[in-house]
Amino acid sequence: MTYIPHSPKERDEMLATIGVESLEDLFKAIPAVHRYPDLDLPPALTEMEAAAELSEIALANETTNDLVSFLGAGVYNHYIPAAINHLLLRGEFYTAYTPYQPEISQGTLQAIFEYQSLIANLTGMDVANASHYDGATAVAEAVNMAMSQFRNKRTRIVMSAGVHPQYRATTDTYTQFSDMEIVGAEAGPSSTPDALAELINENTALVVVQYPDFFGRIFDYTKLGETAHEAGALFCVVANPTALGMLKTPGEMGADMVVGEGQPLGIAMSYGGPYLGFFTTREKYVRKMAGRLVGESVDSRGQRAFVLTLTPREQHIKRERATSNICSNQGLLALAAGIYMSLLGQTGMRQVAELCYHKAHYAAERIASIPGFELCHDEPFFHEFAVCCPGSVEEINAHLLEHGFLGGYDLGQDYPELENHMLVAVTEKTSKEEIDALVEILSEVSHD
Amino acid sequence: MNIPGNLKYTKSDEWVDLESGKMGLTDYAQNQLSDIVFVEALVDIDDDLEVGGEISSVESVKASAEVYAPAGGTVVAVNEGLADTPEVINSDPYGAGWLVQVEVSSQSDELMDAAAYEKYCAERE
Repeated sequence: MTYIPHSPKERDEMLATIGVESLEDLFKAIPAVHRYPDLDLPPALTEMEAAAELSEIALANETTNDLVSFLGAGVYNHYIPAAINHLLLRGEFYTAYTPYQPEISQGTLQAIFEYQSLIANLTGMDVANASHYDGATAVAEAVNMAMSQFRNKRTRIVMSAGVHPQYRATTDTYTQFSDMEIVGAEAGPSSTPDALAELINENTALVVVQYPDFFGRIFDYTKLGETAHEAGALFCVVANPTALGMLKTPGEMGADMVVGEGQPLGIAMSYGGPYLGFFTTREKYVRKMAGRLVGESVDSRGQRAFVLTLTPREQHIKRERATSNICSNQGLLALAAGIYMSLLGQTGMRQVAELCYHKAHYAAERIASIPGFELCHDEPFFHEFAVCCPGSVEEINAHLLEHGFLGGYDLGQDYPELENHMLVAVTEKTSKEEIDALVEILSEVSHD
Repeated sequence: MNIPGNLKYTKSDEWVDLESGKMGLTDYAQNQLSDIVFVEALVDIDDDLEVGGEISSVESVKASAEVYAPAGGTVVAVNEGLADTPEVINSDPYGAGWLVQVEVSSQSDELMDAAAYEKYCAERE
């Protein structure tokens, strides 16, 4: 087998078949002057020179290695155990792609299987898929699945304003050419589950809430889930996996789907990803679930083995009747999350969650004691909380940055009514000294 | 192969009982599909079903297939029990394995009787 895709002879054959003389003839539609423009490029560099130049450019970056971060809003600065990269960057994992052929893909398949099992366990659900691109995609796929479940006969989605604004935007993109009506945002950012319950009717396919919500608040959604089920609708919880280390699981609240962003599970923060969307559901809905699914089986010798399973669900077989056209998954990052969860175990996950919780509560208490600053909500929260500031968040953050601090998320960007509201995130990496220093700088702001 | 004389058949291997309005997959179809592991009804009671409309989605260990209506009319019953026991389509395709029942108001003009369908199946062997 040759890996040279086309020889000159084959190229000539192809050109003859389509009736042109040369490759250049294919580009005749493009005006000649634009066909081969002179690019004003500097002379070529050697690898050593190029590496030096790129390093120079990279120095302009400010990272959480240099800054103290209180920024979260969906992506969190957690400690990543060294074992993760050590295993993740092994060539066997790093280069592997879709494990269609189980005979040669047992390692990749088992890695995904273990990830699925751990995520299902963490969320309190029956089954997890092999992952999606990111949390936003996972939320949109939950909406997609509900539409498919009701064969588009129910056209209302109730989605809380407390679901990450970017996840809601992605959902809007997914549903823009369908008849779906998405309600819930008008209830306002401070709305509670009770306000959402009133929007549920017989035409509702799905109710979506976030846990903790975008503002860090913790609600027990059990009653809301019951209301959804009474109306015959499905119930989806967008969860933060770190919080699930210590909180009641969405599975216990009766969720039909639990989805979310897996970045907190040992995945580096990066601008635009790659991240990890996790997706879990009940066994009775598994055939409507998008994405790949790895199952456990036995090989011809009766030994435990792993294979892609229930593939007739997928779009290459079911075509336009499939729930989704996405089957790609974030195999490598699912592996990272799998290693993270197995390294920490139940006890470690709980410790991380408790550290986040307690440090965040210390920070909230200290910040609320600064004149001019107060907590915006009274509800219980996890590791993130909204602070009402005495001035513009943009200006406060500029001031913080001068001191080497990355301030919280400016909620006014997404919620016009929340101008001067800052979303502050604290993780196990944040020290008491850092929190005290933040409070000191904020006190200066309040005196200005 | 079992081809009851009182039923009508389609080229896409569905049967319909024009008396009762029940319809389903033929013995030939279930045999070709092999073990059926999942059935999903694509219509609800009171739906107006047109001839050729999709009534069910069937998955076997080998394939995924849609079942088309040999006759049209208002849906009066859907065999909900199949969701838990899809294998009944394999064991009793003309009895307990029925998929949907309609109040027949129209029918495909290409329906075959048992003899014609038997011939049609034989041609494909």
